Amino acid sequence: MKTPIQFHLNGEEIATFAESGANLLDVLRETVGDLSVKGGCWQGTCGTCTVLVDGAPRVSCVTLAESCAGKSIETVAGLRRGADLHPLQRAFMERFAAQCGYCTPGMLMAAKALLDRNPNPTRADVVDALCGNVCRCTGYEPIIQAVLDAARGNDRRSA
Amino acid sequence: MLEFRKDIFADERDDNLIEIGQPTQRQDMLGHVTGTSPYYDDHRFANLLHLKILRSPHAHARIRSIDDSAAARAPGVKRIIRAADVPVNLNTLLSLIQFGKDDEPSLASDVVRYKGEPILGIVATSERAALEALALVRVSYDQLPAVFDVEEALKPGAVSVNATYPKNTFEYYGKYDHQKLRFGDVENAFKQADVVLEDRYQMSPIEHAPTETNGSIAVPDTNGRFIVYTSTQALFFSLDTSAKINAMQSNQLHFIGGTVGGGFGGKVDTMTEPLAILAARLTGAPVRYRFSRHEEMQFGSPRGAERIYVKDGVMKDGRIVARQVRAYFDSGAYTRLSSYAVVKCVAHIPGPYTIPNVNADVFCIFTNRTPATAMRGFGVTALDFALECQMDKLAVAVGMDPLEFRILNAYRDGDMKAHRRLAKNCALIECAQVAAERANWPLRDEFRRMSSREGGSVARAGVADRTRAPAGAPATVPPQPQPVPQRVTYERPAPTAPARTAPAAPPPRSAPPAPPSAPAGSTHGAARFSSVFGTRRR
Repeated sequence: MKTPIQFHLNGEEIATFAESGANLLDVLRETVGDLSVKGGCWQGTCGTCTVLVDGAPRVSCVTLAESCAGKSIETVAGLRRGADLHPLQRAFMERFAAQCGYCTPGMLMAAKALLDRNPNPTRADVVDALCGNVCRCTGYEPIIQAVLDAARGNDRRSA
Repeated sequence: MLEFRKDIFADERDDNLIEIGQPTQRQDMLGHVTGTSPYYDDHRFANLLHLKILRSPHAHARIRSIDDSAAARAPGVKRIIRAADVPVNLNTLLSLIQFGKDDEPSLASDVVRYKGEPILGIVATSERAALEALALVRVSYDQLPAVFDVEEALKPGAVSVNATYPKNTFEYYGKYDHQKLRFGDVENAFKQADVVLEDRYQMSPIEHAPTETNGSIAVPDTNGRFIVYTSTQALFFSLDTSAKINAMQSNQLHFIGGTVGGGFGGKVDTMTEPLAILAARLTGAPVRYRFSRHEEMQFGSPRGAERIYVKDGVMKDGRIVARQVRAYFDSGAYTRLSSYAVVKCVAHIPGPYTIPNVNADVFCIFTNRTPATAMRGFGVTALDFALECQMDKLAVAVGMDPLEFRILNAYRDGDMKAHRRLAKNCALIECAQVAAERANWPLRDEFRRMSSREGGSVARAGVADRTRAPAGAPATVPPQPQPVPQRVTYERPAPTAPARTAPAAPPPRSAPPAPPSAPAGSTHGAARFSSVFGTRRR
């Protein structure tokens, strides 16, 4: 049984049908075609599939698609502003905060949720914001540094 | 500034290496931060089918019967794949290099030998439909006793795990049940040693847990060819293995990979591609076989659990005179890569130290656990953990600084190793010196001056000294008091030169027999390697 569902994805209006009980991850990847969202465990434990729903980080693999009706969803595919990378993306590149890259989309979205509500996070704030995201390559330190770098960049621009 | 050894391959290499010390961006980084890197599952196909696998719930059982009639009638099911459908069901990964016998079925037909072993596949229009159908399959088992401990598996009357290797040991060169290393006479040396220390080290299996699970998509192409998108770490290894299992020519398969969502050794086993290709052949449609996280943990091979016994004889002056290692690699139910891990382990014994008497016996053992495979230095890492724990204990036993103890015993260029090859391009001493410096770990002057160069501690001491610290510069850390008389030269039998025994050293000279004399200077290491292992590289 498919039900109609509407939401905004990276600012664009989406109208589609979702299998009853389908999770947001499958709807984004398989139905809408946003492949920037990755699945890692399909049980809500690794954070790889993190997207923002109305600005809050959500593990999309255990988020009911129907519960997102009318909401605004952000993924890494919408992070870039035209040719310009988001400061987080630039900082991740400069800090070598990705190796295999598979956890990176989820990391970036969890970090964006943090910076959107707290532009001057402490190291502890960053660790807390990323604690639900598993990375098996980097050992986390370059990621934490990248988020702090991006936050400092925000400071410079607003000053 | 460190001095780099540029004499190696000097005639084959431009001496214009300028990358060290400068950041160089990864070529795939932009894709990673924009979510556009093409992992295998980021390819889309119309009418994609999904393969799900029925797995054994038992560690060891005989399959009495399988009833999949209800599953075959379930909605969305396109095809059931049984053991008889697999063209070459029995395989072992290293058969590609003629190492070991085929021992592992793609789908079990008579006996299951570990929990999670694949029995039957269902191809359906969705993962959910495949899982619903799997729940309808009825398998009747006779449970068999299982063995989970490597030493239990060696006892007389132990459960026989692997039908190809009924004695629970891998067979090397068609006749040996383990790998041996013999050098000098350890028993005699233990008698002469001032301290003998023996200990047991037990590792656990370690799961690679890549954030992207193992998986692949096989897509029928024209002319009987298949395009395979895969997470594999070893593209051509997987291609050849898939060709063998499907009785196809390699040129019928086009593998596309290279973007791997974490591997660490856990994606070399070709666990999904052969059945994905078979399913695509049997249905004529693209088929995806993707591990769930649970499958990745239960069925995806881990690093094997090793049990290692180390017995060392050491003199009060700090010289290790004997090392005996007995190790058991838990291969799980099938070989995969553990046979090779054992070879690597033996090649690494006794660690990077010059020890005149070495004795090792290392076994590749079959148990009813998940088959083990490669993981970051497998065969060596666990051994190193055991040996370096042991080194710390030995240092305490003889009252030496643990780092100086390692420097004292480290390989020097030209030392005869237990494998009867000369040590070359050694650098442990220099690494230890730099590490000590960075960590503000006090090393006494004579240890700061030692060198891995031939003649090492005495004749070439000035080389290391010149590059590291100006002569006469005050030491950053005052020398420690010497608790016991210590030997500060690393002497070894040198028939042409008079012995340079430090005055305070006790007289253990008689203990170890002289190691075999060095081969002629022209003998190249690689050539000697072939005489020991039968082939140059594995």
